[in-house]
Amino acid sequence: MLDYDIKYLKFKTYLSTYCPHCNKSFNVKEKDHDVLVYKAVKDGEAFDLRLSPYLDVFEVETTRPLAQGDVLDDLLCPGCNQSLVEPGLPCGECGSKVGKITISAYSKLLPFFVCLKYGCEWHGLTKADERHIKLKIPRQEMPEQDQKLRVHNFLEVPYGLTTELAQLEAGRCLQCTKPKCVEGCPVGVDIPTMIKLIREENYEAAARKVKERNVLPAVCGRVCPQEDQCESKCVLGLRDSPVGIGNLERFVADWTMKMDLIKPPLQPKRLNKKVAVIGSGPGGVTAAADLAQLGYSVTMYEALHEPGGVLVYGIPEFRLPKAIVHFEIEYLRKLGVRVELNSVIGYLYTIDDLREMYDAIYIGVGAGLPKFMNIEGENLCNVYSANEYLTRVNLMKAYRFPEYDTPKPEGKDVVVLGGGNVAMDCARNALRCGATNVTIVYRRSRKELPAREEEVRHAMEEGIVFKLLTNPIRFIGNDINWVKAMECVKMELGEPDASGRRSPIPIEGSNFVIDTDLAIVAIGTGPNPLLFNTTPELERNKWGYIRVNEETMETSIPNVYAGGDIVTGSATVISAMGAGRIAANAIHERLSGEAKEQPAT
Amino acid sequence: MFEVLRHEEMAEGSIVRLDLSAPQIAQKAKPGQFVIIRANEFGERIPLTIADADAYSGTITIIFQIVGKSTALLRGFRSGDYIKDVVGPLGKPVEVEKVGTVVVVGGGTGIAILHHVTKGIKAAGNSIIGILGARSREYIIMEDEMAQLCDEMVITTDDGSYGIQGFVTTALQKYLDERFDIKLVYAIGPIIMMKNVCKLTKPYGIRTMVSLNPIMVDGTGMCGGCRVSINGHTKFCCCEGPDFDGHMVDFDELEKRNNMYLKKEKDSLLFAIR
Repeated sequence: MLDYDIKYLKFKTYLSTYCPHCNKSFNVKEKDHDVLVYKAVKDGEAFDLRLSPYLDVFEVETTRPLAQGDVLDDLLCPGCNQSLVEPGLPCGECGSKVGKITISAYSKLLPFFVCLKYGCEWHGLTKADERHIKLKIPRQEMPEQDQKLRVHNFLEVPYGLTTELAQLEAGRCLQCTKPKCVEGCPVGVDIPTMIKLIREENYEAAARKVKERNVLPAVCGRVCPQEDQCESKCVLGLRDSPVGIGNLERFVADWTMKMDLIKPPLQPKRLNKKVAVIGSGPGGVTAAADLAQLGYSVTMYEALHEPGGVLVYGIPEFRLPKAIVHFEIEYLRKLGVRVELNSVIGYLYTIDDLREMYDAIYIGVGAGLPKFMNIEGENLCNVYSANEYLTRVNLMKAYRFPEYDTPKPEGKDVVVLGGGNVAMDCARNALRCGATNVTIVYRRSRKELPAREEEVRHAMEEGIVFKLLTNPIRFIGNDINWVKAMECVKMELGEPDASGRRSPIPIEGSNFVIDTDLAIVAIGTGPNPLLFNTTPELERNKWGYIRVNEETMETSIPNVYAGGDIVTGSATVISAMGAGRIAANAIHERLSGEAKEQPAT
Repeated sequence: MFEVLRHEEMAEGSIVRLDLSAPQIAQKAKPGQFVIIRANEFGERIPLTIADADAYSGTITIIFQIVGKSTALLRGFRSGDYIKDVVGPLGKPVEVEKVGTVVVVGGGTGIAILHHVTKGIKAAGNSIIGILGARSREYIIMEDEMAQLCDEMVITTDDGSYGIQGFVTTALQKYLDERFDIKLVYAIGPIIMMKNVCKLTKPYGIRTMVSLNPIMVDGTGMCGGCRVSINGHTKFCCCEGPDFDGHMVDFDELEKRNNMYLKKEKDSLLFAIR
């Protein structure tokens, strides 16, 4: 077997080898290919030993026949006749003597070892040298759908890593003894072990490893801002680009999904305790899965007709195919979680009703109240909130109108207000719904764009225009009350505000008008008051979000926990999942009276 | 899945009544609240006001007019069929207290909703004057049920085929001039009717409540598609309504917003026919 740690070399180079003593090359040109020629000694007899310079072949030929398992007495340089045997270093596989040669890799001369036993294919580098080489393997990018084609369909843009690319990428990992990446992960996925298992081609085990800590790996592999989390901590990132952890996570999740290998863990002993989870978004799903695995009877309530929360109504099909969300929710059902759709908590049941029915409650309803600019003309026809626009297109599948009954919001000149991921989603969605020009209007500069770098790049590639340092003042309607234009003002950046971002100031007299027939307001969300109308005693902070004990996520009402956007305001999928996990642990601690680590899958 | 228990067509098939088995919703539903219905996998989410709810038998009643694709689709549901999704009860219930004499004005299908609201107003101990209006005799629905609740009742038809000829406003004008004890007017019907009722009551300074019916998607305040201008402020009809003080509502804006998808509706129907 070939050692995995250097398998990557086969994609890049073949060996140029030199004698460490006289520096003469062992490579000999023979007709149309190279061979490496050494002088071998066995039973006092010297003869030529020829090796293939290609690492994945590494065939040994000798002028004197050798039997399988024979160990050479010595290996000499044919030039200077000095012994190449390195004393004190045994072969990593069979323990025989090894010969030390020098190779040139990435214009560096490095020591390299080959086993002297015939039939043993071990060869390798020292740990330190491996690092030198690994730094030089570039980060493997995911193949993507062509930018001209993709704006006309709703298929996913990145195709995911192939097995070869995944191996190459996994090979870059240094397997640090004190991995920093795990610290960067809000749910604490054991990333190095996952990567190690990928290298061993044990993708199923790798996926199970991820699933232990993260119930939605296929989702997080796609939508997590890894560049701010695990990948930002990767030591490779200090000098080069970090390991593509998210891409690898996506790879193993997709692989097992394709092979249909994810099996739910054995049913734990049922505890006679019931927990209600409000909202089936990423936070609710994590809390529900954790609690179900501990043996609780979990019921998850969802207001819409499909489970998944923001994953189904918010994130577009081309970024997160809905089939994946369904697959992950199906896993939750297999764990024994009951999913109650069409149940609006606050109306159908109040928190008080639920407290009578359940031992604990987790609130993960998200921040579902769209913010508007409160400018003139915002209620004109064809001015949408991002929530409405995305819900129509994603959840109600309006992009397949008239096959689906919900009408598709259409416009030729679309403007999107805001610079976050949701704004990018809206803009790219609009393009796919048939818009000719899509413009993103954002009041700060490129540097301050809150969207993920990848999303901004995808949007730019697809031809979306960015009007930065621009702020809308009013919408202008036509005679039948449809939006026809938007008046804007140019901005400049002033002093940094409390959040550290430089606050934009309007430049007087720089007003101009953009023609538009479809405007989408994507400037964020606030807390939806629906739940609080019937539960006014639920304490909230000055922005209206639920106030919780940060260590346990417990609210002001005992045994009622909350997490995700309804506590923090608009954030990421993974941070909601992290909150769900903390709450699940706290609920378990409270209900069982014992502190226990995460269940093993 | 929600079973249809009863199917009934009224007003020459233009108005349909469905009784649905939805025990949890029936338990909670109060007058003035609505449900969002998605008939099948391909369906649109449409808000329909709960016309009646019976907690004992676990049924809710919806009465709606056939106006487009989704309502036409719902009309096809017979007793024993299943509706995919019913969400509710949504919206704020009617807030009623004893004020004295209340005039309830219903137009067309609005009478169905008005009936449920009137029950609530009656239960609070008010005396009720009912004004029901429609195009012609065939389109007056639930006349008997309303007559039971009202202390006085007038019917108007546009063509004079039944009751007084004219609009509901004609009858309302008469009451406003004759009676001085009217404390509240509740108007439910087409936008134009509610608008005219409000125009009429404004000079008299009589509080007038209307029930609005904007286009909605989720019905939980998440999308903001149902926003209406109330006294210059944007409100979300699904959570802050559907009932508002009619004197503050911008009816013109509502009407235009409600017509937003007229062309699409046509496309959708044409597609269905093909």
